[in-house]
Amino acid sequence: MESDAAVTALLEVRGLHVAYGKVEAVHDISLTVAPGTIVTVIGPNGAGKTTLLSAVMGFLPVQGDVRYLGAPAGALSVEQRVARGLILVPERRELFAAMSVADNLELGAFQRIRRGDRGWRDTLAEVYQRFPRLKERRDQLAGTLSGGERQMLAMGRALMGKPTLLMLDEPSLGLAPLIVREIFRIIADLRSTGVAILLVEQNARAALQVADYGYVLETGELALEGPSSELAANPRVAATYLGRGVAAAGS
Amino acid sequence: MDLQIFALLVQDGVTNGAVYALLALALVLVFAVTRVIWIPSGEIVAYGTLTLAGLQAGKSPGTVGLLAGMAVVAGSFEVYACLSRGEAHRMPRQLALWAGVPLAIAAASWWLATFELPFWAQILVTLALVTALGPLLYRIAYQPIAEASVLVLLIVSVGVHFALTGLGLWFFGAEGSRTPPFSAASFELHGVTVSVQSLLVVATSLALITALYLFFGRTLTGKALRATALNRTGARLVGISPDLAGALTFTLAALLCAFSGVLIGPITTVYYDSGFLVSLKGFVGAIIGGLVSYPLAAAGALFVGLIEAFASFWASGFKEVIVFTLIVPVLLWRSLTTTHHEEDE
Amino acid sequence: MSSGRKLPFGAWGAAAFVVLLVGVPLVAPQFWVTLGNYIGLYSIVALGLVLLTGVAGQTSFGQAAFVGLGAYTTAYLATTYGVSPWINLLVGLVLTTLLALFNGVLTLPMRGHYLPLATIAWGISIYFMFGNVDFLGGHTGITSIPALNLFGLELRNERYYYYLIWAIALAALWTSNNLLDSRPGRAIRALKGQGQMAEAFGVDTVRLKIVVFVYAALLASVSGWLYAHLQRFVNPSPFGINQGIEYLFMAVVGGAGSVWGAVIGATLITLAKQVLQDVLPTLLGRSGNFEIVVFGILMVVVLQRAREGVWPWLARLLPVREPPPVPAAEPLALRDRTLLAGPLLDVRAARKRFGGLIAVNDLSFAIHAGEILGLIGPNGAGKSTMFNLISGALPLTSGEVVFRGESIGSRKPFAIARRGIGRTFQHVKLIPQMSVLDNVALGAYLRGDAGVLRAAFKLDRAEEARTKAEAARAIERVGLGAHTHAAAGSLPLGKQRIVEIARALAADPLLLLLDEPAAGLRFLEKQELAALLRQLRAAGMTVLLVEHDMDFVMGVTDRLVVMDFGEKLAEGLPAEIQRNPVVLEAYLGGI
Repeated sequence: MESDAAVTALLEVRGLHVAYGKVEAVHDISLTVAPGTIVTVIGPNGAGKTTLLSAVMGFLPVQGDVRYLGAPAGALSVEQRVARGLILVPERRELFAAMSVADNLELGAFQRIRRGDRGWRDTLAEVYQRFPRLKERRDQLAGTLSGGERQMLAMGRALMGKPTLLMLDEPSLGLAPLIVREIFRIIADLRSTGVAILLVEQNARAALQVADYGYVLETGELALEGPSSELAANPRVAATYLGRGVAAAGS
Repeated sequence: MDLQIFALLVQDGVTNGAVYALLALALVLVFAVTRVIWIPSGEIVAYGTLTLAGLQAGKSPGTVGLLAGMAVVAGSFEVYACLSRGEAHRMPRQLALWAGVPLAIAAASWWLATFELPFWAQILVTLALVTALGPLLYRIAYQPIAEASVLVLLIVSVGVHFALTGLGLWFFGAEGSRTPPFSAASFELHGVTVSVQSLLVVATSLALITALYLFFGRTLTGKALRATALNRTGARLVGISPDLAGALTFTLAALLCAFSGVLIGPITTVYYDSGFLVSLKGFVGAIIGGLVSYPLAAAGALFVGLIEAFASFWASGFKEVIVFTLIVPVLLWRSLTTTHHEEDE
Repeated sequence: MSSGRKLPFGAWGAAAFVVLLVGVPLVAPQFWVTLGNYIGLYSIVALGLVLLTGVAGQTSFGQAAFVGLGAYTTAYLATTYGVSPWINLLVGLVLTTLLALFNGVLTLPMRGHYLPLATIAWGISIYFMFGNVDFLGGHTGITSIPALNLFGLELRNERYYYYLIWAIALAALWTSNNLLDSRPGRAIRALKGQGQMAEAFGVDTVRLKIVVFVYAALLASVSGWLYAHLQRFVNPSPFGINQGIEYLFMAVVGGAGSVWGAVIGATLITLAKQVLQDVLPTLLGRSGNFEIVVFGILMVVVLQRAREGVWPWLARLLPVREPPPVPAAEPLALRDRTLLAGPLLDVRAARKRFGGLIAVNDLSFAIHAGEILGLIGPNGAGKSTMFNLISGALPLTSGEVVFRGESIGSRKPFAIARRGIGRTFQHVKLIPQMSVLDNVALGAYLRGDAGVLRAAFKLDRAEEARTKAEAARAIERVGLGAHTHAAAGSLPLGKQRIVEIARALAADPLLLLLDEPAAGLRFLEKQELAALLRQLRAAGMTVLLVEHDMDFVMGVTDRLVVMDFGEKLAEGLPAEIQRNPVVLEAYLGGI
């Protein structure tokens, strides 16, 4: 049973509840991410998507079962989860604004360097190859980057930690359409390196295009789930999140 | 006032200022990484002087007992934490780190104190003993409520200041101490007497500041501390533990304070409760730097040293009144030029 | 705490307190009377800190300096010029007011940790001043201060003096409790972390902070005056920064959220210090300043384990009375609602620049009386910035916002509130421990004028009854009548958002600004909110609704303005917007 779960699921969440004081933000959520797949969680503003990722990352106290790499993860600290390759790129990016791009990337490998993992320099070269813009700007302070470059730096910093499961919170937020396209191209490309991705997005159309499987989160609860292609074809999803037949839904 | 006196006062001010600058840097560091306004830094300075004085007198300094006591408390905190988190397997390592290491330092110092050590070795023992107090203080007093507001952490600091003052009396006694100067020599420069002691103090401070600069700019650990100061959430996301950052910060800060204590010893008589005013003067400097800028903090501390030197010449009784009244406009200026978030209040 | 209750604790508790208070000097040995006197003196100072720090959130470590000012004023005037202590009390209060105003004006605009540091600084300055000014006797101080004379009775006996101290302490408790349950009281509670919200309802927060600061300083000064005539000797040592810290700690230990916390804290700390001073030396076999070690450790432990102090824990043991229904009262005056020609609100080429980023770029639109206008757009489109430009939370870079023919752009939030614009907040800003009724009554702040003095002596009751009745009406109007007396923080998020609307309605606004009211609401809650908005429109209210949720705005708005990247993308009827391909592309994310 244990070993089975380890093979089929990288992350397994069962009956998760998260509350801020007396207000419950996430209610009885269960979801699974298999190795090497992209899973997306879509839903409107305030549905609890960010709360869900913060909880999985270990920032918030939760009720319910979180298993990662086949072992219970509920008692692990954020740092211990990072050490096991669970890495989050948050909605607010959380970069080190007054430090250079290169320092930000180096710190992304903080735990690896401390463990004596020499491979971090190779990872750095890979990140620079994937994001040539970051290489051009490696001596620039992170705070002076544009919105798109910041998102790239946040993703690059996360990749420096050699993630097994990369969680992306609204990577397209506030970016111009051209850059959004670029970010999603990179997300699709990352799958080929074997990294599993849990993608939280409001941009449902783009998210469902890139993902294998999707969940729809509404006011803290899972409303729907299924393979992305099925979700995209679902009339309710199409009406609410993809803009097809909005008029019909409004009446 | 003639030029001779003016030059002497400047020399006094710069020497004192150099010591306050170390303290100011420690305070900025602690605040930036942990958001703790570290009032009890002054007690650590006083412990530094009193420890060195104790070694000079051929006694085992009170710091040994204090360090051992705190190691036992921190060790039991760790045992409790490991048990309540169900991580019994981590206990040996945590115990060795939090109780074993400081106890070993205490035991070694106690043994070394029985010999007639050369001056430089006494200084090394002092630095080791006093620096070891830093991380223990963080572990015992601050780590359990590291996420509390700045204000709660400030009140905790005041509590720690009380406790350390009382413990200072207990371990060091009520008598003041003064350590001998590193050098009694002096020379004339354009008709002004310059003491080698002053030069040594300023040079040591400068060397420490340079070392800090390199540490923060070049080493991974230094960068990790800077990252924590800049963005706590971001730091956790790359796996920098706030507990580790806090303990490291307090170690560095205690080292700076211990140096301050060693440097200030020959300048003024230090009592168990002298630390508070010294730390507040460091604070004035730190606050001039907005508790974020290291160079401004150091410059501010120098300014405080100069003000103090001149105030004690013109109105010695009102020296403290002048220094502390000066903080208020500085605070006002800093408060108005800093952006705040309401949630911090 | 809850304002509906007449007595803060059960009748038995009150009786026990009175018996203890009156009985101690009659039967107890001298030692206990002395302790009782000090507890009274400390309670008065700590009470000021409950208001200043616990309720208003402004931390001061420097109160001991004001105690010293009260003590030194009477000591100096009585011994040097033989002035009556009663006149000295007044002189002390005047001097304290002046010093507190000076300190307050200088330090209270400071925020965060700057204020407490500043209080440490001037606390130390004033302490050194006492010790270094020759006519105050330097570090030896002033001796042979005369005893107080009350109606010909010389209060040399500490047992008589006890009654004077406690009469004053109880009076201070009474006025402070009254003050908290009043128009200024509600505003004072909002000072702690909710300054922006208070400003939006017309509270001049800087001025109010100074008023509370002076109030706390005056209490400290009275305590100092009592102290001088009790000891009949003063020197600088009890007015140093350590004592200032202890006063603050008393308030924290007792429970800085309630006036009773001051008395409990003063009692506990005084007794604990006494015990420690007696016990520790015998225990340790050495004499020394050990109690300060235990005291310091105690501070750390209390903050680590029980940050709210003792009072909340005690209060849970006491019976809670069912709050009575809010009695009906004459409504407060309504504002002039004459319709003027032209739109109610006209935004003309509004622009906001943050550094290099233009968040709102020359946006123009108008709101007409009686309509619900929706301002929508994807995340990061600049909707919230536009909202803040209208509510005054942010100044305009260029352009104009015209309300009823008057330009209001870049005015302060309370000036805009005064003109009849009410608002809600995207992140709910209620005072969680306060009842729904009190939260909503804060909305009517600008419709009353009771000040601190009227409130302290309960001379504001008629206006207060009308305000409460008005608030209760607003709560009924939004359908939350059943929750009137519940603590606002205990409601689910959806209801808290509705409380915010009730609070805005209590201000009698002409225009209601709603900032993402549907965010985080469940489906049913959204439907209730939509129904409420339709009902408000039917009653003639004009609403600007800034919202992200498309479905929600489609159902309730008359017209829509769509923003993207700070610019207006489209404007029109909901049905038109739904079919607009440009809007769909921007809003739903194109790839």
